Amino acid sequence: MITDDQRIGQIYRQQSRLVLSTLIRLLGDFALAEEAMQEAFAAALRQWPDKGRPDNPTGWLIRTGHRRGVDQIRRKQTAHRYSHLLPSLEEAFSEPSEQTIEDDQLRLLFTCCHPALPLEARVALTLREMCGLTTEQVASGLLQKPATLAQWIVRAKKKIRLAGIPYEIPEASELPERLPGVLRVIYLVFNEGYSRSDGEQVVDVSLSAEAIRLAEVLAGLLPEGEVYGLLALMQLHHSRRHARQDIAGELVTLEDQSRALWDQPMIQSGLGWLEAALALTPTGPYTLQASIAAVHAQAPSAGVTDWGRIVRLYEALYRQQPSPVIALNRAVALAMRDTPADGLRLLDALVSHKAFARYHLFHAARADLHRRAGNRDEAQECYQLALTLVSQGPEHRFLERRLNELKDSS
Amino acid sequence: MKYVALVYYQESIINAMTEQEWHDLNQECVAGVERLTNQGNYVTGQALQPIDTATTVRVRDDEVLISDGPFAETKEQLAGFYLLEARDLNEALHLASRIPPARFGSIEVRPVRELPPRD
Repeated sequence: MITDDQRIGQIYRQQSRLVLSTLIRLLGDFALAEEAMQEAFAAALRQWPDKGRPDNPTGWLIRTGHRRGVDQIRRKQTAHRYSHLLPSLEEAFSEPSEQTIEDDQLRLLFTCCHPALPLEARVALTLREMCGLTTEQVASGLLQKPATLAQWIVRAKKKIRLAGIPYEIPEASELPERLPGVLRVIYLVFNEGYSRSDGEQVVDVSLSAEAIRLAEVLAGLLPEGEVYGLLALMQLHHSRRHARQDIAGELVTLEDQSRALWDQPMIQSGLGWLEAALALTPTGPYTLQASIAAVHAQAPSAGVTDWGRIVRLYEALYRQQPSPVIALNRAVALAMRDTPADGLRLLDALVSHKAFARYHLFHAARADLHRRAGNRDEAQECYQLALTLVSQGPEHRFLERRLNELKDSS
Repeated sequence: MKYVALVYYQESIINAMTEQEWHDLNQECVAGVERLTNQGNYVTGQALQPIDTATTVRVRDDEVLISDGPFAETKEQLAGFYLLEARDLNEALHLASRIPPARFGSIEVRPVRELPPRD
């Protein structure tokens, strides 16, 4: 039998973010809203077992939290800090509509991802406030000390308050400017999770899964092509999570992965979001990257990958974002479509680019193409260079393994 | 809320301008102030003479120390300021982005701090 406590625990997991985001708007302060939300849930724990669960638990929690918050301000009024908030708060409280509660989620996300905050604080705040992780969980996920993380969050909240960062959804005209910043934070959270899973350290939260959940929430609130595209991209990458490492924790390249280990339901979901993204123009960079991931996801084996399509997609991506990293990927794809020598010619043209001098993946890619072309000496040289640039861990061991294979065969 | 927008740029960029470019830039700033005033965002503001006209004052052990030039050498120099009235930081940033030197210098936006009332 489910106890009331368990039921409230379940409501906490499902509703606490909604309650919090609306309370921040109503009370005008993060810290105050958080306190008020905790009090509302505590009140629920006390009252619901006797009086029964209200018909609209979210509404009840918001109403109770709001009342507690206003009481708090009255008590603290001498402290000055919140007194300016009182006049507007004493206006009659009206039950927020479902639409308003949804909008509050967006307000919270856009505030947490505001470009006036340092990037690290945006990531931390988003995980803490939007995903509801504890400070300890966020710290563990980002490999930071809890005290450091707590400090980032305190500073960010202080800046939100003192600098007047508004709690609002940007106007439609500002959305093209602001949305990429939000997507960037979500993708950063995803990639933090992705790279952490490669590390030696065991973490108890999956940041990648949190990022996907965030994007799912955002996709439900903001029907923009790039939101769908990012969600598709993350799901398609995440679908390979069980195949990327072998039992010993060693890195397995896309080419060598067992495709039976790919998460098919997640691939299907990713392809669905991609289709939705492609239906909305213009096609942005996340959608293009998702399209590339989809080509891999749909190839029955590495050997029958449609490299021609991947080259064309990288070309489209390069036109939007002419970055050296995309040029590198395009060259590798071209090598796979044509010959390693064709790819090497493109990579050689990039050698002088200063972004690549200390970028291990560039040298690893050259090494791999030389290996495929049968240029054993050049391959060894490039592997050695890449090894000096990559830190210890699965990637280091992978490059070492490749280098040793070359030495053994010579 | 009130925000100060501090305008910084490399004076060398200004020194390299032709008479006409300098004239046009000033006219653009004048028009900008007019627009801000009409919108109700302009409280006050001032452009400053170049940094080589600056004098720094410090008081140490009751002694007034006067020295030539700015306190610290920086890549960009303070060229002027605006005191703006804005709804929130988003509006203040939007207004700051339309200050002409934002195109080649930088605008630092800071909320003002009200001094406490007299005891």
